[in-house]
Amino acid sequence: MQPYTKHESIAALMNRSNVDTDQIIPKQFLKKVERSGFGIHLFHDWRFNDDGSDNAEFELNKPAFKGAKILVAGDNFGCGSSREHAPWAIADYGFNTIISTSYADIFYNNCFKNGILAIRVEQDQLDALMAEIAANEGVKFTVDLENRSVTTPGGNGFTFEIDPFRQGNLLSGLDDIGLTLIHVDKIDQYEAQHKLAYPWLWV
Amino acid sequence: MKKTMYEKIWDSHLVVDVEGQAPLLYVDRHLMHEVTSPQAFEGLKLSGRKVRNPHSILATMDHCVPTKNRDQPIADLIARKQIETMAENCLENGLNLYDMKNPNNGVIHVVVPEHGFVHPGMVVVCGDSHTATHGAFGALAFGIGTSEVEHVMATQTLPQKKSKTMLVQVNGELSKYSSAKDIALAIIGKIGTAGGTGYVIEYAGDAIKALSMEGRMTLCNMAIEAGARAGLVSPDEKTYQYLEGKEFAPKGANWDLALAYWKSLPSDDGAVFDTIITLDAADIAPQVSWGTSPEQVIGVDACVPAPESFDSEGKRKACESALAYMGLTPNMPITDIKIDYVFIGSCTNGRIEDFRIAAEVAKGTKVAEGVTAIAVPGSYHVKAQAEQEGLDKIFIEAGWEWREPGCSMCLAMNGDELSKGQRSASTSNRNFEGRQGKGGRTHLVSPAMAAAAASAGHFVDIRKL
Repeated sequence: MQPYTKHESIAALMNRSNVDTDQIIPKQFLKKVERSGFGIHLFHDWRFNDDGSDNAEFELNKPAFKGAKILVAGDNFGCGSSREHAPWAIADYGFNTIISTSYADIFYNNCFKNGILAIRVEQDQLDALMAEIAANEGVKFTVDLENRSVTTPGGNGFTFEIDPFRQGNLLSGLDDIGLTLIHVDKIDQYEAQHKLAYPWLWV
Repeated sequence: MKKTMYEKIWDSHLVVDVEGQAPLLYVDRHLMHEVTSPQAFEGLKLSGRKVRNPHSILATMDHCVPTKNRDQPIADLIARKQIETMAENCLENGLNLYDMKNPNNGVIHVVVPEHGFVHPGMVVVCGDSHTATHGAFGALAFGIGTSEVEHVMATQTLPQKKSKTMLVQVNGELSKYSSAKDIALAIIGKIGTAGGTGYVIEYAGDAIKALSMEGRMTLCNMAIEAGARAGLVSPDEKTYQYLEGKEFAPKGANWDLALAYWKSLPSDDGAVFDTIITLDAADIAPQVSWGTSPEQVIGVDACVPAPESFDSEGKRKACESALAYMGLTPNMPITDIKIDYVFIGSCTNGRIEDFRIAAEVAKGTKVAEGVTAIAVPGSYHVKAQAEQEGLDKIFIEAGWEWREPGCSMCLAMNGDELSKGQRSASTSNRNFEGRQGKGGRTHLVSPAMAAAAASAGHFVDIRKL
C-alpha cells in the first residue's frame, strides 16, 4: 500500500445518496482473479452509453473533473455488498479520498485497506463543499491527513475525526497482517485456551 | 454487569486489546466462495504466508455457476477461470470445498447451516455481506472484504471496532400471509438502509421466537440491508434441534458441553441496548419494494408513493430517480404493477420452507402469459428434499423452470438476468439499479408473493386469494 501524503487535487462532485456497490462496480466485472485493472469499469452502467461511448450526462465524465483524486458524495456511500472490487476500482480510477456524511460499514473498512481515506463530515459541511464545487467545477481541495484537515479556496475547510490506528496505517502504508502478526504469541495463547474451553470446535 | 449477546460473544473472542490498535477478534469459522477469495489467496502466496487453520474454512462455488446444463463446461471463460482458480486454491491449501459437482454444493449461506458448520456463540466471517444470515443461530456473523479474507486466513483474527447494539423488538403474531421476509423488509422500510450503520442488531419478541430457523436466517440475512454489521437471534430449543445430528455439530459429551455454553449466550435480563426499535407483527402486510433501495418498500395494499410525500429533499430526490428508473407513476396501486419475470431463490429465500410455501401458492395455477418464472433451490440438498416432496412437479406443471442451485438471478453473475426494462418479482435481497441485469427492474417480495405474481402477471394481495 502506498503511504498517503498531503495533496492538493481536483474534487469531483457526485450529488447522490445511497450510491451502492453494484453501481460502483457492476457484477459483470467481478469475475477477474486479479486485484488490478478495475478502474476502467468504475460506475460502468452510469458512465457509458449502451454503445460503449462516454455518457456525457454522468458527472464524472465532465472534463472539469478529469484527474480528480477527491470524490465528494451523498450519504450512505458504498452500501450493498462486501466486494472489495469497489474500492479497488475507485483507487485504480485515481481517487484516494472520499468525503461524505456516512458510509456503509464494510465499504468503509475496505477503503482503508486500499489506501483510500474516507472522511466523514456533517450534512451542513457536505452541503457547503458541494455548493463550492458546483459553483466552481475543477476547484482543488487540499487534504492533510497528518493534521486531519481539508482546506478549500472557498473557505469551507474543516478538520475531521479519524481513528488514530487507521490514520497511522494510511500514513505509513503499513500492511495490516504484518501488524497483527506482531501479536502471534497472544493468538497462539488464546487459541490454546479456546481449544480447552470449546473443544467441540476442534473435532 | 448485564451483557447483551453481542457483548458476550465479543468479550469471549477478544485476543488483543491494546492502546493505539484496533481490538483483535478471534474468528471461529471462515466461509468462502469464488468471487471474493482469489485475490486473497494470491496475496497470501505472494507474502509467503499459510492458511493458519484450514479446518475453520468451508468453501463453495455459487455466484458464477450456471443453473442449467451443469454437465457442460461454463461458457463464460472468465467465470470458468474463477471457478478453476477456486478449486486450485482450495486443493493447494487443504480446504473443504463443495465444488459444482459435489452433492453438498449450493449457495454458501444455505449450505453452511445444512451441515451444522456454524453454532451459537461463534464468530463467523465470509467475503460476502449476507454472512449476517448465520446470526440466526446466535453467532456473530458478518461480511468482510478480500483484504480481510486474507487477514483471517493468515492470522485467524480480525482487527475490529466494537459496534453499538440495537434491539429490534417485533411483538405479537404475524398474519399467516406475512413471512420473515416481510418482517425484514418492514424493518428496513422503517429505519432505512443506513438505519443500522454502526450497529449489531438483535431481533427479539414473540414474532421472532415464532419463526422457524429458516425464517430467522431470512431475517438476519437482510440485517445488512438495514446497514447493520450483523443480526442476531437468541438460540433456543429450535436452534438446538436444528443443529443436533448435523455433520459439524458437536457429538456425545461435547454436545452437552456445547449446549450448556449456548444456553449462557442470550442477552441478560436488563442488559442495555444503545437503541431500541419496536414493531407490531400484526401491522406487517406482505411487502413489495417499489424503488431501487430496499428501504423503498411498502405494503401490497398500498400505492406507489409520490416524491412529495417524503419529508426530506434527499428522499424526494431518491424517490423521483427511483420511479424514473422503475418506470412507475406516483399513486398507482402496487397490485397494478405488471411483471415479466419471477425468481424464487437466493441466500435470502432459497431454503426448503420457501419452496414449500411458494409451491402451495403455485399449485394448480399457470404462469401468466409472457411471464418467465424460475425456481432456483439454494442447494442440492434443498433441491433433493423438494423433489422428494414433489414440489418440483408442482412448479413444472404450473409452467415454472426448476433449476440447479446457485446465486443465479439474485445478482445475475451467471447469465440468469433480466433484459433492459424487464420487471421481476424476486425473493432476493437487493433491488439496486442493474442488480439483476442492466436496466432490469427488481421488486423484492416473499416467496408466496412471488408465486402469486407469477400466475397473475402482476402483484396480488395474497390475503385476498
